[in-house]
Amino acid sequence: MAEISADLTSAAKPAAEDRATPPLCCPAGMAVELAQIDDSGLRASDFAEQLRQHEDGSESLTLVVQNLHCPSCIRSIESAVEKKAGLLKARVNLSTRRLALRWDPKQTTAEPLLAAVEARGYRLVPLDPDQLESAEAAEGRELLRAMAVAGFAASNVMLLSVAVWSGLAADMGPATRTLMHWVSAMIALPAVAYAGRPFFRSALTVLRSGHTNMDVPISLAVILAAGMSLSETLRGSEHVFFDASVMLLFFLLIGRFLDLRLRGRARSAAENLTALKATAATVVAADGSLRSLPINRLKPGMTVAVAAGERIPMDGEVLSGRSEVDASLLTGESLPQPVHEGAAVYAGTVNGGGALRIAVTALPDESLLAEIVRLMESAEQSRDRYVRLADRVARLYAPVVHLLAAATFGGWLALSSQPWQDSLMIAIAVLIITCPCALGLAVPAVQVAAVGRLMKQGILVKSADALERLAQVDTVVFDKTGTLTRGCPSLQNAGSVDPALLALAADIARYSRHPLARALSRAASGTNRHLSVQEHAGDGLSTEIDGRTIRLGRRGWCGVDDGSADAAMELWLSGGDFAPQRFTFNDAPRADAAEVIAALRARGIAVELLSGDRSGVVGQLAEDLGIEIWRGDCRPADKIARLEDLKAEGRRTAMIGDGLNDAPALATAFASLSPAEAADVSQIAADIVFQGERLSPVVEAIGTARRARGLVFQNFGLAMLYNLIAVPIAVAGFVTPLIAAAAMSGSSIIVTANAMRLNLKSRNEGA
Amino acid sequence: MSALVYLIPAALFLGLVGLVAFLWALRSGQFEDLDGAAHRILLDEEEEEPRKGQQNKE
Repeated sequence: MAEISADLTSAAKPAAEDRATPPLCCPAGMAVELAQIDDSGLRASDFAEQLRQHEDGSESLTLVVQNLHCPSCIRSIESAVEKKAGLLKARVNLSTRRLALRWDPKQTTAEPLLAAVEARGYRLVPLDPDQLESAEAAEGRELLRAMAVAGFAASNVMLLSVAVWSGLAADMGPATRTLMHWVSAMIALPAVAYAGRPFFRSALTVLRSGHTNMDVPISLAVILAAGMSLSETLRGSEHVFFDASVMLLFFLLIGRFLDLRLRGRARSAAENLTALKATAATVVAADGSLRSLPINRLKPGMTVAVAAGERIPMDGEVLSGRSEVDASLLTGESLPQPVHEGAAVYAGTVNGGGALRIAVTALPDESLLAEIVRLMESAEQSRDRYVRLADRVARLYAPVVHLLAAATFGGWLALSSQPWQDSLMIAIAVLIITCPCALGLAVPAVQVAAVGRLMKQGILVKSADALERLAQVDTVVFDKTGTLTRGCPSLQNAGSVDPALLALAADIARYSRHPLARALSRAASGTNRHLSVQEHAGDGLSTEIDGRTIRLGRRGWCGVDDGSADAAMELWLSGGDFAPQRFTFNDAPRADAAEVIAALRARGIAVELLSGDRSGVVGQLAEDLGIEIWRGDCRPADKIARLEDLKAEGRRTAMIGDGLNDAPALATAFASLSPAEAADVSQIAADIVFQGERLSPVVEAIGTARRARGLVFQNFGLAMLYNLIAVPIAVAGFVTPLIAAAAMSGSSIIVTANAMRLNLKSRNEGA
Repeated sequence: MSALVYLIPAALFLGLVGLVAFLWALRSGQFEDLDGAAHRILLDEEEEEPRKGQQNKE
């Protein structure tokens, strides 16, 4: 009965429990948590460079919202600021995870606006406005405009063409037909000139460099078809190809736009991560005042203040303060190490419970973090340049198209007695038929469907060719801490501890953010009584109950020195009228780790484990999860070496890791994934970032990538089949504009519909 | 066939209206956040209309 009433009290006080529950997504629970870590919000000096002044006197700022995951965050963020005086615009963009703010500097400044959003638990990072107006964004808008013009022209010319085609079968007079052709010409010629520019430009560029790509036959077909149709109109002949030329442009522009949107999405994800990396450090000036400086302006000898829970910006030496430092992202070691005056600390590690003052010892470029980044960059350079599937096909296909069209023209010219214009029209028909409408849509349509499907499940695809590479993976290499495991300890011996002592320990632990204390308060609900707890950094927690000092903490500090120490993570509870009680912890694997490994094996993928943690711990986990090939004590260079070995064996590996020490390996591997809690550098290095507590997105991503690859090949097959049937007809000179239009739209629709099957199929399976 | 004299301009005019409408939508930033737009319609408004006119304009 006592336990039930304890549960009821804890349910009645949810606020106290917020700290204990791990954050699942952005809202409320995390707000409390973040407010505690980040007592220092954004200050004016942090975003002075990103602020943009407008002509009407207003100012604007664009920020990355780091923990924006779900649609309801839109309302939460916008409503936080929209009632503020002086605000002109506040708009959250869910696709890019950014918040655009615009305000009147006479009535308000940025700080209260940002503080209001930060108070709701969102972490904001300012973005450089120069990045926003990138060339690719402008290109995207140009493509959309070209697509709109081509679509308008195609529909209207088609309207006229249908009239002409039915008129050819019925009784349309030549005068009316010529009128229709002239109207078509007046619509189609300007449209081709405008909407064809993206293709003409690219064709010119490659021709100048002496190569050829798919845009060359496209441009040739469109320009020749439009030009010849004009001359045919002047001659008053029956067949013109205005409709085919604009429709060709329209379909190809759709494919182009889908592809660009995909790359744009990948790029904005990468930009957001880069912005996160450049967070500021708090520097203590000689007079004791604090100011914020970008990390790259730190110099050796400066003193930096690091609040509890903050990331340490720079390699340095502790001047004052006692705390623990969590180096799990750097080394894979899951337990925080106590630090005190004189201890060396490394950039990228996270400060624990106490505030620290640190003297900077290394320049940014010389820090351990920078070394890892350098290792990573050299790995990226040596990575084979992957040529996308569509490009490889186009490289083979373009010369064939040119030869075929030229041969058709020459053949008809030599073997028939018709005027040369007719031979040229037949050659144009061949160019139009072979033009890769279906080919241009075959890949982007599938990839958009696949990326959209993964996005809905919290899997962010960061590079456009990531899915193509992931589909070919036959070996998966896992990191341990934070990837296979949850990266935070959990209580192991809950069953063998007296429930009253466990509740007492949980009550005390509630007041600390130390990972072991948090694991304790997660494991037991406690009684929620109020205690005045003192935290002794590096030692533990103490409190007074009924005049006795109760201690929860390190073995020696709790007065236990029986020489029974082992490698396990532990906490001791002592000081009451009971024998000192030991609590042991381990870093538990993610709930579905074993399942995921079995699922990968079932798909014929070999699984390995490489970790920077101690070999004993790694071996134990490998045995538990049934992984045969594993290595512990790996330095970043060791991981790279193993990946290179696998590559030399002809294997294609996917690396999955979260730590800074994994970043070079992530960049070396053929494909890479990283969880959303990973170090920023790792997220930047990885192709795919997945959210959530579970590991199943790995299987999902590989499965979807493989299905997408299958569909792409099917689409290539369909496009080839279409060519096999249509090209002989075109070479033989039987292709009228009607047949060209039907064949072109028919094949494009079939290919797109086939791509959409990716979603259909998964919906049936997904349940 | 004399009907063509006004039917063709009428068809072209309607097409142009569509084109202009699309270009306007593009310019006013309605294609910037396709994911967000799909969800915004489901979000409850606060008790009073928040700054309707100013949100779309740049």
